[in-house]
Amino acid sequence: MTALFELKSNIVRYTGIWTLDTLDYQVERQLENISLAQKSTIIFDGDAIESMDSAAACLLFSTQKSLEKKGHTVIWQGFSANHTDLLHMIQKYVTPLNTPPVSPNMLEQIGRKTEQYVIQTVDFLAFVGESFWVSLQALVSPRHIRWKAVFSNIYSAGVTALPMISVLAFLMGVMLAYQGGRQLSLYGANIFIVDLVGITFLRELSPLLTAIMIAGRSGSAFTAQIGTMHLTHEIDALRTIGIAPMDLLMLPKLFALIIIMPLLTAFADIMGILGGMLIAYISFDVSISDFLERFPQAISLSHYLIGIGKAPVFAAVIAIVSCYQGFRVTGSADSVGKQVTISVVQSIFLVIIVDASFSILFNGVGL
Amino acid sequence: MIHISQLETRFGTLVLHENLNLNIKKGEIIAIIGDSGSGKSTLLREMIMLDKPSAGSITVLGQDVLNITKSQCLWLRRRTGVMFQQGALFNALTVAENIAVPLYEHTQLSKRLIRKITAFKIALVGLPAHTQDKYPSQLSGGMIKRVAVARALALDPELLFLDEPTAGLDPISALALDELILRLKELLGLTVIMVTHDLDSLWAITDRVAVLADKHIFAVKPIQELTQLNHSWLRDYFQGPRGRAAQPY
Repeated sequence: MTALFELKSNIVRYTGIWTLDTLDYQVERQLENISLAQKSTIIFDGDAIESMDSAAACLLFSTQKSLEKKGHTVIWQGFSANHTDLLHMIQKYVTPLNTPPVSPNMLEQIGRKTEQYVIQTVDFLAFVGESFWVSLQALVSPRHIRWKAVFSNIYSAGVTALPMISVLAFLMGVMLAYQGGRQLSLYGANIFIVDLVGITFLRELSPLLTAIMIAGRSGSAFTAQIGTMHLTHEIDALRTIGIAPMDLLMLPKLFALIIIMPLLTAFADIMGILGGMLIAYISFDVSISDFLERFPQAISLSHYLIGIGKAPVFAAVIAIVSCYQGFRVTGSADSVGKQVTISVVQSIFLVIIVDASFSILFNGVGL
Repeated sequence: MIHISQLETRFGTLVLHENLNLNIKKGEIIAIIGDSGSGKSTLLREMIMLDKPSAGSITVLGQDVLNITKSQCLWLRRRTGVMFQQGALFNALTVAENIAVPLYEHTQLSKRLIRKITAFKIALVGLPAHTQDKYPSQLSGGMIKRVAVARALALDPELLFLDEPTAGLDPISALALDELILRLKELLGLTVIMVTHDLDSLWAITDRVAVLADKHIFAVKPIQELTQLNHSWLRDYFQGPRGRAAQPY
């Protein structure tokens, strides 16, 4: 059950079964290495081949080609009628292989990449501008806003996120109180846990935590939804029906996130401080009433407002990035996966950059 | 090549096939026709071991596919080619890579020979050589179907299953695909089983047509004889305006 051949004087005699089952690269190499002293006529004798398929026929042809390149002449002989038919068919259809394109040199690659990034950035800025313009138009005539879509997004991105955010914020509060409290208790300054937990949570941690959660949970969903709709031409269908995809797909998501993010952040504030309060009471002898008494003295309203105020900005970043990446999906299911990954990474990245810019800004104005 | 006997398929209380028998001979092109939802595609999927019937037996190339070991199953898959209705090409791969997937999976050939074989298959299904580096999303519907046929033919199968090969194609592409199937059958000695609704294909290329009606194969006959049968669904099928228009005489 193998593909065999032997070289006798100038006759290559093929025997056995020549199909995909029996061929492997060893047979290929042996065939390639057929060599004769001087340029001469070689006879391919296929009389004893039991069966042959198109792969084997391809192989025999390429053997002929390589022998002819060495200056030999090949004569086919003894192949059965069926095999001859097959060989004729291969001969008819075999096309010269075009060489694979050479990979570009490094300079060209750098250039292409740079161009790509510039185009992408311009594209993204154009999308941001378009989103802004569409939102303005919607705000001018609010009855054109698709409230049903807005509310369904509020439910799916906001209400259903509550359990997850509450658990995570509570645990963050617990951790923060434990770690900070241990250091503070060295100085007998246990009561400052209130300052620590309060300021960190209200001002930085809960907007950031919420934004990261929403980017991972809803941003990815937005990208996947829009991307899949793009693949199945649903977005084209919307256009032909006369519905602007931005109006139906992008705006409700943007508005929904802008509405729910401050609410979720406030909720995360409460849960985080509850966690901190619990640990302060259990481990560091700060009673609940002490905690609540200290809280308004230590923490000014501005911390809370800054935290809440950042949330809608984060929301806009997440919504715009995830929708933009969704519209960029092309071709295949692979592309959906790729753009979802980019969407989540980019939105978290941008949220942190925006947050850092806010810190610098507020520091500058002394808040 | 294929023997189906006493086949029964049920989904919950819905009985799709009952007492279904079918024999397919070597080297013929057989089409399965039937009403929408009559279970043609399910029957096809059962033959290619994607779905399991509830009872009965299916023998493909001498293997009982309902009680089959893993290695026998692989042996069988190696000898059958399947083309799905939408092509089911791997979108992340180029045309040449799509066709090469079965070759890389099942053989130990060098990359160079595999490239030669794929180039040959691409030419065989009538596509220009430069299509090989394109991605499926860049191809038209007719080209996708041709690439799907080329992939199904990659391992020189003995059996070729086609699910609605000409559906959704323009008449010229459909005709070309019909001719391709016929030519492949002659050149490679394939046995072709297809599910189709295309009356022109039925007349042009099938040797026999199996009619799936009332949960079983009602008749397996050459199409000329089918038109003479007295069965209400068949009458509607062949004597409707479209059915008449497709008849060559």
